[in-house]
Amino acid sequence: MPQILVEDLAKTYRVAERDPGLLGAVKGLVHRRHRTVEALRDVSFCLEAGELLGFIGPNGAGKSTTIKILSGILKPDAGTVMVNGRVPFTDRIAHVSKIGVVFGQRTQLWWDLPVSEGFDLLADIYRVEPARYRANRDELVALLRLERVLDQPVRQLSLGQRMRAEIAAALLHEPDILFLDEPTIGLDAPSKLAVREVVRRLNRERGVTVLLTTHDMHDIEALAQRVIVIGHGQVLADSPFETLRANVLAERRLVIDFAHEAPEISMADVEIRSRQGQTLELAFDPARTPTPNLIAALAAAHEVVDIHVGEPAIEEVIARFYDLHGAGEA
Amino acid sequence: MNSLHLILRYFSASLRSQLQYPGSAVMLGIGAFLTTIIDMLAAWALFDRFGQVQGWSLGHIAVFYGVVSTSFALTDFFTRGFDVFGGEFVKTGAFDRILLRPRSPALQLVGYEFRLSRFGRLAQALLVLFVGAAVVGVEWSPDKVLLLAWTITGGVALFTGLLVLQASFAFWTTESLEVFNVLTYGGIQAAQFPLSLYAAWFRNFLIFVVPLGCVAYYPVLAILDQPDPLGAPDWWLPTAPAMGFVFLNLSFLAWRAGIRRYTSTGS
Repeated sequence: MPQILVEDLAKTYRVAERDPGLLGAVKGLVHRRHRTVEALRDVSFCLEAGELLGFIGPNGAGKSTTIKILSGILKPDAGTVMVNGRVPFTDRIAHVSKIGVVFGQRTQLWWDLPVSEGFDLLADIYRVEPARYRANRDELVALLRLERVLDQPVRQLSLGQRMRAEIAAALLHEPDILFLDEPTIGLDAPSKLAVREVVRRLNRERGVTVLLTTHDMHDIEALAQRVIVIGHGQVLADSPFETLRANVLAERRLVIDFAHEAPEISMADVEIRSRQGQTLELAFDPARTPTPNLIAALAAAHEVVDIHVGEPAIEEVIARFYDLHGAGEA
Repeated sequence: MNSLHLILRYFSASLRSQLQYPGSAVMLGIGAFLTTIIDMLAAWALFDRFGQVQGWSLGHIAVFYGVVSTSFALTDFFTRGFDVFGGEFVKTGAFDRILLRPRSPALQLVGYEFRLSRFGRLAQALLVLFVGAAVVGVEWSPDKVLLLAWTITGGVALFTGLLVLQASFAFWTTESLEVFNVLTYGGIQAAQFPLSLYAAWFRNFLIFVVPLGCVAYYPVLAILDQPDPLGAPDWWLPTAPAMGFVFLNLSFLAWRAGIRRYTSTGS
Protein backbone atom coordinates (compact mmCIF):
# COMPACT_ATOMS: atom_id res chain seq x y z
CA MET A 1 0.00 0.00 0.00
CA PRO A 2 1.31 3.51 -0.73
CA GLN A 3 2.42 5.59 2.24
CA ILE A 4 -0.25 8.19 1.60
CA LEU A 5 -3.51 7.16 0.00
CA VAL A 6 -6.24 9.69 -0.71
CA GLU A 7 -9.44 8.69 -2.45
CA ASP A 8 -12.47 10.77 -3.43
CA LEU A 9 -11.87 13.29 -0.70
CA ALA A 10 -14.61 15.88 -0.21
CA LYS A 11 -14.94 18.70 2.29
CA THR A 12 -17.50 21.45 2.53
CA TYR A 13 -17.33 24.33 4.98
CA ARG A 14 -20.29 26.24 6.29
CA VAL A 15 -19.31 29.84 6.58
CA ALA A 16 -21.44 32.10 8.74
CA GLU A 17 -22.34 35.31 6.97
CA ARG A 18 -23.20 38.42 8.80
CA ASP A 19 -23.94 41.99 7.98
CA PRO A 20 -21.21 44.47 8.80
CA GLY A 21 -21.26 46.58 11.95
CA LEU A 22 -22.60 46.12 15.44
CA LEU A 23 -26.17 45.62 14.30
CA GLY A 24 -24.99 42.85 11.99
CA ALA A 25 -23.17 41.16 14.86
CA VAL A 26 -26.29 41.22 17.00
CA LYS A 27 -28.44 39.94 14.15
CA GLY A 28 -25.89 37.20 13.61
CA LEU A 29 -26.41 35.97 17.15
CA VAL A 30 -30.12 35.58 16.68
CA HIS A 31 -30.34 34.37 13.13
CA ARG A 32 -27.35 33.01 11.34
CA ARG A 33 -27.15 32.76 7.61
CA HIS A 34 -24.74 30.26 6.18
CA ARG A 35 -23.05 29.92 2.87
CA THR A 36 -21.47 26.59 1.94
CA VAL A 37 -18.02 26.57 0.43
CA GLU A 38 -16.87 23.47 -1.36
CA ALA A 39 -13.19 23.25 -0.40
CA LEU A 40 -12.55 19.80 -1.82
CA ARG A 41 -14.79 18.13 -4.34
CA ASP A 42 -13.10 14.94 -5.40
CA VAL A 43 -9.40 14.63 -4.65
CA SER A 44 -7.51 11.38 -5.16
CA PHE A 45 -3.80 10.67 -5.26
CA CYS A 46 -1.20 8.43 -3.68
CA LEU A 47 2.34 8.92 -2.60
CA GLU A 48 5.01 6.27 -2.11
CA ALA A 49 7.56 6.43 0.70
CA GLY A 50 10.53 8.61 -0.26
CA GLU A 51 8.73 10.73 -2.86
CA LEU A 52 8.99 14.50 -2.96
CA LEU A 53 5.72 15.99 -4.12
CA GLY A 54 5.00 19.61 -4.92
CA PHE A 55 1.45 20.69 -4.24
CA ILE A 56 0.46 23.87 -6.02
CA GLY A 57 -2.66 25.82 -6.80
CA PRO A 58 -4.07 29.31 -6.44
CA ASN A 59 -5.18 30.61 -3.03
CA GLY A 60 -8.40 28.97 -1.96
CA ALA A 61 -7.86 25.96 -4.21
CA GLY A 62 -7.91 23.43 -1.37
CA LYS A 63 -4.21 22.91 -0.65
CA SER A 64 -4.40 23.78 3.03
CA THR A 65 -7.55 21.77 3.52
CA THR A 66 -5.83 18.72 2.04
CA ILE A 67 -2.76 19.20 4.27
CA LYS A 68 -4.98 19.61 7.32
CA ILE A 69 -6.83 16.40 6.54
CA LEU A 70 -3.59 14.50 5.91
CA SER A 71 -2.13 15.73 9.17
CA GLY A 72 -5.19 14.74 11.20
CA ILE A 73 -6.41 18.21 12.16
CA LEU A 74 -9.52 18.08 10.03
CA LYS A 75 -12.06 15.40 9.27
CA PRO A 76 -13.22 15.07 5.64
CA ASP A 77 -16.93 14.84 4.81
CA ALA A 78 -16.39 11.93 2.47
CA GLY A 79 -13.60 9.86 1.03
CA THR A 80 -10.74 7.74 2.30
CA VAL A 81 -7.44 8.86 3.78
CA MET A 82 -4.73 6.46 4.92
CA VAL A 83 -1.29 7.60 6.00
CA ASN A 84 1.19 4.93 7.10
CA GLY A 85 -1.78 2.56 7.21
CA ARG A 86 -3.67 4.76 9.68
CA VAL A 87 -6.66 7.05 9.38
CA PRO A 88 -5.17 10.37 10.56
CA PHE A 89 -8.13 11.89 12.40
CA THR A 90 -9.30 8.75 14.22
CA ASP A 91 -5.83 7.76 15.36
CA ARG A 92 -4.49 11.24 15.99
CA ILE A 93 -1.82 10.64 18.62
CA ALA A 94 -0.21 7.66 16.87
CA HIS A 95 -0.44 9.48 13.54
CA VAL A 96 1.11 12.79 14.59
CA SER A 97 4.06 11.11 16.29
CA LYS A 98 5.17 9.96 12.84
CA ILE A 99 4.76 13.17 10.87
CA GLY A 100 6.48 16.55 10.92
CA VAL A 101 4.68 19.73 9.90
CA VAL A 102 6.15 23.15 9.17
CA PHE A 103 3.88 26.10 8.53
CA GLY A 104 5.84 28.92 6.92
CA GLN A 105 3.73 31.56 8.63
CA ARG A 106 3.50 30.14 12.14
CA THR A 107 6.11 29.11 14.64
CA GLN A 108 6.12 25.88 16.57
CA LEU A 109 8.95 27.04 18.82
CA TRP A 110 8.64 29.11 21.98
CA TRP A 111 9.12 32.76 21.24
CA ASP A 112 10.98 33.68 24.45
CA LEU A 113 12.99 30.48 24.84
CA PRO A 114 16.40 29.79 23.31
CA VAL A 115 16.20 27.45 20.32
CA SER A 116 17.97 24.63 22.17
CA GLU A 117 15.47 24.72 25.06
CA GLY A 118 12.58 24.59 22.63
CA PHE A 119 14.16 21.51 21.08
CA ASP A 120 14.54 19.89 24.53
CA LEU A 121 10.88 20.52 25.27
CA LEU A 122 9.78 19.07 21.92
CA ALA A 123 11.83 15.95 22.60
CA ASP A 124 9.87 15.51 25.84
CA ILE A 125 6.54 16.20 24.14
CA TYR A 126 7.28 13.58 21.47
CA ARG A 127 8.82 11.15 23.98
CA VAL A 128 12.08 10.91 22.05
CA GLU A 129 14.55 8.72 23.89
CA PRO A 130 17.41 10.94 25.20
CA ALA A 131 20.28 9.25 23.32
CA ARG A 132 18.37 9.30 20.03
CA TYR A 133 17.34 12.88 20.64
CA ARG A 134 20.92 14.04 21.14
CA ALA A 135 22.06 12.22 17.99
CA ASN A 136 19.18 13.67 15.91
CA ARG A 137 19.62 17.14 17.29
CA ASP A 138 23.37 17.21 16.62
CA GLU A 139 22.87 15.93 13.10
CA LEU A 140 20.13 18.46 12.34
CA VAL A 141 22.05 21.33 13.89
CA ALA A 142 25.01 20.53 11.63
CA LEU A 143 22.83 20.00 8.55
CA LEU A 144 20.89 23.22 9.06
CA ARG A 145 23.88 25.20 10.32
CA LEU A 146 22.18 26.17 13.56
CA GLU A 147 25.23 26.16 15.85
CA ARG A 148 25.32 29.93 16.17
CA VAL A 149 21.64 30.43 16.96
CA LEU A 150 21.07 27.60 19.46
CA ASP A 151 21.41 29.86 22.49
CA GLN A 152 19.34 32.73 21.11
CA PRO A 153 15.68 33.25 21.94
CA VAL A 154 13.51 32.51 18.92
CA ARG A 155 12.21 36.09 18.77
CA GLN A 156 15.74 37.33 17.99
CA LEU A 157 16.24 35.09 14.93
CA SER A 158 16.03 36.32 11.37
CA LEU A 159 13.25 34.77 9.32
CA GLY A 160 15.73 32.56 7.48
CA GLN A 161 17.32 31.35 10.72
CA ARG A 162 13.93 30.76 12.21
CA MET A 163 12.74 28.71 9.26
CA ARG A 164 15.82 26.49 9.48
CA ALA A 165 15.17 26.06 13.20
CA GLU A 166 11.51 25.23 12.45
CA ILE A 167 12.52 22.52 10.02
CA ALA A 168 14.91 21.02 12.57
CA ALA A 169 12.15 21.18 15.21
CA ALA A 170 9.81 19.26 12.92
CA LEU A 171 12.35 16.47 12.47
CA LEU A 172 13.62 15.81 16.01
CA HIS A 173 11.23 12.89 16.41
CA GLU A 174 12.30 11.28 13.12
CA PRO A 175 9.02 11.52 11.22
CA ASP A 176 8.60 9.46 8.04
CA ILE A 177 6.69 12.25 6.36
CA LEU A 178 7.33 15.97 6.33
CA PHE A 179 4.61 18.44 5.38
CA LEU A 180 5.97 21.82 4.40
CA ASP A 181 3.37 24.55 3.97
CA GLU A 182 5.00 27.47 2.15
CA PRO A 183 8.41 27.01 3.80
CA THR A 184 10.14 29.74 1.77
CA ILE A 185 7.55 32.48 2.11
CA GLY A 186 9.18 35.81 2.91
CA LEU A 187 12.74 34.46 2.89
CA ASP A 188 15.65 36.19 1.20
CA ALA A 189 17.41 34.42 -1.68
CA PRO A 190 20.25 32.75 0.27
CA SER A 191 17.80 31.45 2.88
CA LYS A 192 15.54 30.07 0.18
CA LEU A 193 18.47 28.23 -1.37
CA ALA A 194 19.49 26.89 2.05
CA VAL A 195 15.97 25.63 2.80
CA ARG A 196 15.74 23.94 -0.61
CA GLU A 197 19.12 22.31 -0.14
CA VAL A 198 18.10 20.93 3.25
CA VAL A 199 14.80 19.60 2.00
CA ARG A 200 16.55 17.91 -0.91
CA ARG A 201 19.10 16.28 1.38
CA LEU A 202 16.50 15.10 3.87
CA ASN A 203 14.61 13.49 1.04
CA ARG A 204 17.61 11.93 -0.71
CA GLU A 205 19.76 10.96 2.25
CA ARG A 206 17.22 10.16 4.92
CA GLY A 207 14.42 9.00 2.66
CA VAL A 208 11.88 11.36 4.28
CA THR A 209 8.73 11.65 2.20
CA VAL A 210 8.06 15.34 1.55
CA LEU A 211 4.82 17.04 0.61
CA LEU A 212 5.42 20.69 -0.14
CA THR A 213 2.97 23.48 -0.88
CA THR A 214 4.31 26.71 -2.25
CA HIS A 215 3.59 29.70 -4.42
CA ASP A 216 7.26 30.00 -5.30
CA MET A 217 7.65 28.06 -8.52
CA HIS A 218 11.41 27.95 -8.06
CA ASP A 219 10.82 25.70 -5.05
CA ILE A 220 8.99 23.35 -7.37
CA GLU A 221 11.59 23.56 -10.09
CA ALA A 222 14.41 22.93 -7.63
CA LEU A 223 12.78 20.16 -5.63
CA ALA A 224 9.74 18.38 -6.86
CA GLN A 225 9.94 15.31 -9.01
CA ARG A 226 6.21 15.29 -9.17
CA VAL A 227 3.65 18.07 -9.10
CA ILE A 228 -0.02 18.02 -8.24
CA VAL A 229 -1.96 21.07 -9.34
CA ILE A 230 -5.15 21.60 -7.41
CA GLY A 231 -7.91 24.02 -8.32
CA HIS A 232 -11.61 24.30 -7.46
CA GLY A 233 -11.13 21.47 -4.98
CA GLN A 234 -10.03 19.02 -7.67
CA VAL A 235 -6.76 17.57 -8.91
CA LEU A 236 -6.16 19.27 -12.26
CA ALA A 237 -2.82 17.65 -13.02
CA ASP A 238 -0.58 15.04 -11.43
CA SER A 239 2.67 14.55 -13.32
CA PRO A 240 6.40 15.32 -13.39
CA PHE A 241 6.85 19.04 -13.87
CA GLU A 242 8.49 18.67 -17.29
CA THR A 243 5.45 16.81 -18.56
CA LEU A 244 3.25 19.62 -17.32
CA ARG A 245 5.42 22.16 -19.06
CA ALA A 246 5.40 20.19 -22.32
CA ASN A 247 1.62 19.87 -22.28
CA VAL A 248 0.84 23.41 -21.28
CA LEU A 249 3.40 25.66 -22.80
CA ALA A 250 5.75 23.84 -25.15
CA GLU A 251 7.05 27.05 -26.68
CA ARG A 252 10.64 28.22 -26.67
CA ARG A 253 11.96 31.72 -26.26
CA LEU A 254 14.64 33.26 -28.42
CA VAL A 255 16.37 36.46 -27.30
CA ILE A 256 18.43 38.13 -30.04
CA ASP A 257 20.74 41.15 -29.78
CA PHE A 258 21.13 42.88 -33.13
CA ALA A 259 24.01 45.15 -34.13
CA HIS A 260 21.49 47.90 -34.99
CA GLU A 261 17.94 48.80 -34.11
CA ALA A 262 15.91 45.56 -33.85
CA PRO A 263 14.21 44.94 -37.22
CA GLU A 264 10.57 44.19 -37.98
CA ILE A 265 10.12 40.47 -38.38
CA SER A 266 7.12 38.70 -39.77
CA MET A 267 7.41 34.95 -39.87
CA ALA A 268 4.64 32.35 -39.63
CA ASP A 269 4.24 30.87 -36.11
CA VAL A 270 6.76 33.26 -34.55
CA GLU A 271 5.47 35.84 -32.10
CA ILE A 272 7.31 38.93 -30.93
CA ARG A 273 7.09 38.98 -27.14
CA SER A 274 9.04 42.14 -26.52
CA ARG A 275 11.20 44.71 -28.24
CA GLN A 276 13.78 46.86 -26.49
CA GLY A 277 16.25 48.89 -28.52
CA GLN A 278 18.46 46.37 -30.25
CA THR A 279 16.93 43.33 -28.52
CA LEU A 280 13.99 41.19 -29.52
CA GLU A 281 12.34 38.36 -27.62
CA LEU A 282 10.54 35.85 -29.82
CA ALA A 283 8.24 32.97 -28.87
CA PHE A 284 7.90 29.96 -31.14
CA ASP A 285 6.87 26.31 -31.16
CA PRO A 286 9.94 24.15 -31.88
CA ALA A 287 7.76 21.43 -33.36
CA ARG A 288 6.63 23.77 -36.17
CA THR A 289 9.64 26.05 -36.42
CA PRO A 290 12.84 24.10 -35.69
CA THR A 291 15.21 26.26 -33.64
CA PRO A 292 18.24 25.96 -36.01
CA ASN A 293 16.08 27.06 -38.97
CA LEU A 294 14.85 30.12 -37.12
CA ILE A 295 18.34 31.13 -36.04
CA ALA A 296 19.75 30.57 -39.54
CA ALA A 297 17.00 32.66 -41.13
CA LEU A 298 17.56 35.54 -38.71
CA ALA A 299 21.35 35.45 -39.01
CA ALA A 300 21.14 35.44 -42.79
CA ALA A 301 18.87 38.48 -42.97
CA HIS A 302 20.32 40.65 -40.17
CA GLU A 303 23.54 41.38 -38.35
CA VAL A 304 23.21 39.41 -35.09
CA VAL A 305 25.42 40.03 -32.03
CA ASP A 306 24.17 37.44 -29.54
CA ILE A 307 21.51 34.76 -29.25
CA HIS A 308 19.99 33.07 -26.24
CA VAL A 309 17.44 30.22 -26.36
CA GLY A 310 15.29 29.59 -23.31
CA GLU A 311 12.02 28.24 -22.02
CA PRO A 312 9.18 30.27 -20.57
CA ALA A 313 9.49 30.99 -16.86
CA ILE A 314 7.78 28.45 -14.63
CA GLU A 315 5.39 31.13 -13.36
CA GLU A 316 4.16 31.61 -16.92
CA VAL A 317 3.60 27.88 -17.31
CA ILE A 318 1.54 27.71 -14.17
CA ALA A 319 -0.39 30.90 -14.91
CA ARG A 320 -1.24 29.54 -18.36
CA PHE A 321 -2.30 26.26 -16.81
CA TYR A 322 -4.64 28.01 -14.35
CA ASP A 323 -6.10 30.00 -17.25
CA LEU A 324 -6.72 26.88 -19.28
CA HIS A 325 -8.64 25.36 -16.39
CA GLY A 326 -10.39 28.54 -15.35
CA ALA A 327 -8.72 28.09 -11.98
CA GLY A 328 -7.67 31.65 -11.26
CA GLU A 329 -7.78 32.83 -7.70
CA ALA A 330 -11.07 31.80 -6.14
CA MET B 1 8.04 10.78 30.11
CA ASN B 2 4.68 10.83 31.84
CA SER B 3 2.22 13.71 31.80
CA LEU B 4 3.09 15.13 35.22
CA HIS B 5 6.76 15.21 34.37
CA LEU B 6 5.97 16.94 31.08
CA ILE B 7 3.87 19.57 32.87
CA LEU B 8 6.81 20.32 35.15
CA ARG B 9 9.06 20.65 32.11
CA TYR B 10 6.57 23.07 30.53
CA PHE B 11 6.43 25.08 33.76
CA SER B 12 10.18 25.32 34.08
CA ALA B 13 10.39 26.51 30.46
CA SER B 14 7.64 29.06 31.14
CA LEU B 15 9.38 30.30 34.28
CA ARG B 16 12.64 30.72 32.42
CA SER B 17 10.98 32.78 29.70
CA GLN B 18 9.25 34.97 32.32
CA LEU B 19 12.51 35.42 34.19
CA GLN B 20 13.93 37.08 31.11
CA TYR B 21 12.04 40.05 32.49
CA PRO B 22 12.35 39.47 36.26
CA GLY B 23 11.27 43.02 37.17
CA SER B 24 7.99 42.55 35.35
CA ALA B 25 7.13 39.31 37.19
CA VAL B 26 7.90 40.88 40.58
CA MET B 27 5.89 44.03 39.88
CA LEU B 28 2.91 42.03 38.62
CA GLY B 29 3.09 39.88 41.75
CA ILE B 30 3.10 42.90 44.06
CA GLY B 31 0.31 44.45 42.01
CA ALA B 32 -1.83 41.32 42.36
CA PHE B 33 -1.20 41.33 46.12
CA LEU B 34 -2.24 44.95 46.52
CA THR B 35 -5.31 44.88 44.28
CA THR B 36 -6.72 41.81 45.99
CA ILE B 37 -6.19 43.40 49.41
CA ILE B 38 -8.86 45.89 48.31
CA ASP B 39 -11.36 42.99 48.23
CA MET B 40 -10.94 42.63 51.96
CA LEU B 41 -11.03 46.36 52.63
CA ALA B 42 -14.58 46.50 51.29
CA ALA B 43 -15.67 43.73 53.68
CA TRP B 44 -13.83 45.41 56.54
CA ALA B 45 -15.66 48.69 55.89
CA LEU B 46 -18.98 46.85 55.96
CA PHE B 47 -18.32 45.07 59.24
CA ASP B 48 -16.75 48.13 60.83
CA ARG B 49 -20.15 49.78 60.37
CA PHE B 50 -22.39 46.86 61.41
CA GLY B 51 -20.11 44.69 63.61
CA GLN B 52 -21.88 41.46 62.79
CA VAL B 53 -24.25 40.23 60.09
CA GLN B 54 -26.57 37.38 61.14
CA GLY B 55 -23.99 36.26 63.68
CA TRP B 56 -21.10 36.27 61.22
CA SER B 57 -18.06 38.46 62.02
CA LEU B 58 -15.33 39.84 59.80
CA GLY B 59 -13.08 36.94 60.91
CA HIS B 60 -15.58 34.40 59.54
CA ILE B 61 -15.85 36.31 56.27
CA ALA B 62 -12.05 36.32 56.04
CA VAL B 63 -11.97 32.51 56.29
CA PHE B 64 -14.70 32.07 53.62
CA TYR B 65 -12.92 34.53 51.38
CA GLY B 66 -9.44 33.11 52.06
CA VAL B 67 -10.47 29.57 51.15
CA VAL B 68 -12.16 30.42 47.88
CA SER B 69 -9.51 32.95 46.94
CA THR B 70 -6.69 30.47 47.61
CA SER B 71 -8.41 27.97 45.31
CA PHE B 72 -8.71 30.56 42.59
CA ALA B 73 -5.13 31.79 42.99
CA LEU B 74 -3.82 28.22 42.65
CA THR B 75 -6.02 27.66 39.58
CA ASP B 76 -4.79 30.89 38.06
CA PHE B 77 -1.20 29.63 38.03
CA PHE B 78 -1.82 27.02 35.37
CA THR B 79 -5.04 27.88 33.49
CA ARG B 80 -3.82 30.84 31.45
CA GLY B 81 -3.98 28.74 28.28
CA PHE B 82 -7.72 28.18 28.79
CA ASP B 83 -8.33 31.81 29.72
CA VAL B 84 -6.88 33.16 26.47
CA PHE B 85 -7.95 30.15 24.42
CA GLY B 86 -10.39 31.87 22.03
CA GLY B 87 -8.19 34.75 20.98
CA GLU B 88 -4.84 33.00 21.11
CA PHE B 89 -5.69 29.53 19.82
CA VAL B 90 -9.03 29.29 18.00
CA LYS B 91 -9.03 32.62 16.21
CA THR B 92 -5.39 32.38 15.14
CA GLY B 93 -5.57 28.69 14.25
CA ALA B 94 -2.78 27.96 16.75
CA PHE B 95 -4.94 25.12 18.02
CA ASP B 96 -3.83 23.26 14.88
CA ARG B 97 -0.36 23.08 16.36
CA ILE B 98 -1.77 21.62 19.57
CA LEU B 99 -3.52 18.92 17.56
CA LEU B 100 -0.30 18.19 15.67
CA ARG B 101 1.46 17.09 18.86
CA PRO B 102 1.05 13.62 20.32
CA ARG B 103 -0.28 14.78 23.69
CA SER B 104 -3.71 15.63 25.03
CA PRO B 105 -4.78 19.18 24.13
CA ALA B 106 -5.77 20.00 27.72
CA LEU B 107 -2.33 19.03 28.99
CA GLN B 108 -0.66 21.21 26.39
CA LEU B 109 -2.84 24.16 27.39
CA VAL B 110 -1.93 23.71 31.04
CA GLY B 111 1.67 23.86 29.89
CA TYR B 112 1.06 27.09 27.97
CA GLU B 113 2.08 29.31 30.86
CA PHE B 114 2.84 29.08 34.54
CA ARG B 115 1.95 32.51 35.86
CA LEU B 116 4.64 33.46 38.31
CA SER B 117 2.92 36.76 39.13
CA ARG B 118 0.03 34.85 40.75
CA PHE B 119 2.16 34.38 43.86
CA GLY B 120 0.94 37.82 44.92
CA ARG B 121 -2.68 36.73 44.85
CA LEU B 122 -1.89 33.45 46.61
CA ALA B 123 0.07 35.19 49.35
CA GLN B 124 -2.81 37.61 49.96
CA ALA B 125 -5.39 34.78 50.03
CA LEU B 126 -3.40 32.66 52.51
CA LEU B 127 -2.70 35.68 54.69
CA VAL B 128 -6.40 36.55 54.89
CA LEU B 129 -7.33 32.90 55.49
CA PHE B 130 -4.96 32.34 58.41
CA VAL B 131 -5.43 35.74 60.04
CA GLY B 132 -9.21 35.25 59.87
CA ALA B 133 -8.90 31.72 61.31
CA ALA B 134 -6.75 33.03 64.18
CA VAL B 135 -9.24 35.80 64.96
CA VAL B 136 -12.20 33.40 65.22
CA GLY B 137 -10.02 30.87 67.09
CA VAL B 138 -9.80 27.91 64.69
CA GLU B 139 -7.58 25.20 66.14
CA TRP B 140 -5.62 23.53 63.32
CA SER B 141 -5.87 19.83 64.16
CA PRO B 142 -4.57 17.35 61.52
CA ASP B 143 -8.20 16.63 60.56
CA LYS B 144 -8.83 20.27 59.85
CA VAL B 145 -5.65 20.73 57.88
CA LEU B 146 -6.69 17.76 55.72
CA LEU B 147 -10.20 19.13 55.35
CA LEU B 148 -8.77 22.50 54.32
CA ALA B 149 -6.54 20.84 51.71
CA TRP B 150 -9.48 18.82 50.38
CA THR B 151 -11.66 21.93 50.23
CA ILE B 152 -9.04 23.87 48.31
CA THR B 153 -8.53 20.94 45.93
CA GLY B 154 -12.25 20.86 45.22
CA GLY B 155 -12.15 24.61 44.65
CA VAL B 156 -9.27 24.29 42.21
CA ALA B 157 -11.29 21.62 40.35
CA LEU B 158 -14.31 23.92 40.18
CA PHE B 159 -12.40 26.98 38.96
CA THR B 160 -10.50 24.83 36.46
CA GLY B 161 -13.87 23.54 35.28
CA LEU B 162 -15.10 27.11 34.78
CA LEU B 163 -12.03 27.96 32.70
CA VAL B 164 -12.33 24.77 30.65
CA LEU B 165 -15.97 25.64 30.03
CA GLN B 166 -15.01 29.17 29.00
CA ALA B 167 -12.46 27.75 26.57
CA SER B 168 -14.99 25.22 25.23
CA PHE B 169 -17.40 27.99 24.30
CA ALA B 170 -14.63 29.61 22.29
CA PHE B 171 -14.82 26.73 19.79
CA TRP B 172 -18.19 28.21 18.80
CA THR B 173 -17.63 31.90 19.38
CA THR B 174 -13.89 32.06 18.46
CA GLU B 175 -13.58 34.78 21.10
CA SER B 176 -12.78 34.31 24.75
CA LEU B 177 -16.01 35.14 26.52
CA GLU B 178 -15.29 37.84 29.07
CA VAL B 179 -18.69 37.10 30.56
CA PHE B 180 -17.09 34.14 32.33
CA ASN B 181 -15.19 36.56 34.52
CA VAL B 182 -18.52 37.23 36.18
CA LEU B 183 -18.48 33.61 37.32
CA THR B 184 -14.83 33.50 38.41
CA TYR B 185 -14.10 36.92 39.90
CA GLY B 186 -17.73 37.52 40.73
CA GLY B 187 -17.91 34.04 42.22
CA ILE B 188 -15.13 34.86 44.66
CA GLN B 189 -16.99 38.00 45.72
CA ALA B 190 -20.20 36.02 46.20
CA ALA B 191 -18.59 33.07 47.95
CA GLN B 192 -16.82 35.19 50.54
CA PHE B 193 -20.13 35.73 52.30
CA PRO B 194 -22.04 32.83 53.88
CA LEU B 195 -24.75 31.43 51.62
CA SER B 196 -27.27 31.90 54.38
CA LEU B 197 -27.19 35.64 53.66
CA TYR B 198 -28.50 35.23 50.11
CA ALA B 199 -31.93 34.90 48.59
CA ALA B 200 -32.99 31.32 47.81
CA TRP B 201 -32.61 31.55 44.02
CA PHE B 202 -29.05 32.87 44.28
CA ARG B 203 -28.22 30.28 46.92
CA ASN B 204 -29.46 27.54 44.65
CA PHE B 205 -27.41 28.91 41.80
CA LEU B 206 -24.28 28.71 43.97
CA ILE B 207 -25.10 25.14 45.02
CA PHE B 208 -26.56 23.49 41.93
CA VAL B 209 -25.41 25.45 38.88
CA VAL B 210 -21.96 26.78 39.68
CA PRO B 211 -21.34 24.98 42.97
CA LEU B 212 -19.10 27.59 44.60
CA GLY B 213 -20.98 27.07 47.85
CA CYS B 214 -19.84 23.44 47.86
CA VAL B 215 -16.16 24.37 47.78
CA ALA B 216 -16.40 27.23 50.25
CA TYR B 217 -19.53 27.63 52.36
CA TYR B 218 -20.24 24.02 53.43
CA PRO B 219 -16.68 22.80 54.14
CA VAL B 220 -15.75 26.09 55.81
CA LEU B 221 -18.70 25.59 58.19
CA ALA B 222 -17.07 22.27 59.12
CA ILE B 223 -13.72 23.98 59.63
CA LEU B 224 -15.40 26.58 61.85
CA ASP B 225 -17.27 23.82 63.75
CA GLN B 226 -20.60 25.43 62.92
CA PRO B 227 -23.76 23.61 61.88
CA ASP B 228 -25.44 24.83 58.69
CA PRO B 229 -28.00 27.46 59.67
CA LEU B 230 -29.98 26.31 56.60
CA GLY B 231 -30.09 22.74 57.88
CA ALA B 232 -27.80 20.73 55.60
CA PRO B 233 -26.81 17.45 57.35
CA ASP B 234 -23.41 17.38 59.07
CA TRP B 235 -22.01 14.62 56.83
CA TRP B 236 -22.60 16.79 53.77
CA LEU B 237 -20.41 19.68 54.93
CA PRO B 238 -17.01 17.96 54.43
CA THR B 239 -18.29 15.95 51.43
CA ALA B 240 -19.45 18.94 49.40
CA PRO B 241 -16.07 19.81 47.76
CA ALA B 242 -16.50 16.67 45.62
CA MET B 243 -18.95 18.76 43.59
CA GLY B 244 -15.97 20.66 42.23
CA PHE B 245 -14.80 17.47 40.56
CA VAL B 246 -18.26 16.71 39.22
CA PHE B 247 -18.32 20.17 37.66
CA LEU B 248 -14.83 19.68 36.18
CA ASN B 249 -15.89 16.40 34.56
CA LEU B 250 -18.99 17.97 33.05
CA SER B 251 -16.84 20.79 31.68
CA PHE B 252 -14.63 18.28 29.94
CA LEU B 253 -17.70 16.89 28.14
CA ALA B 254 -18.18 20.34 26.62
CA TRP B 255 -14.45 20.55 25.87
CA ARG B 256 -14.49 17.30 23.95
CA ALA B 257 -17.58 18.36 22.01
CA GLY B 258 -15.72 21.58 21.15
CA ILE B 259 -12.72 19.66 19.82
CA ARG B 260 -15.02 17.49 17.71
CA ARG B 261 -16.53 20.62 16.27
CA TYR B 262 -13.11 22.12 15.55
CA THR B 263 -11.91 19.03 13.70
CA SER B 264 -15.03 18.92 11.58
CA THR B 265 -15.23 22.60 10.69
CA GLY B 266 -11.66 23.89 10.87
CA SER B 267 -10.90 27.22 12.44
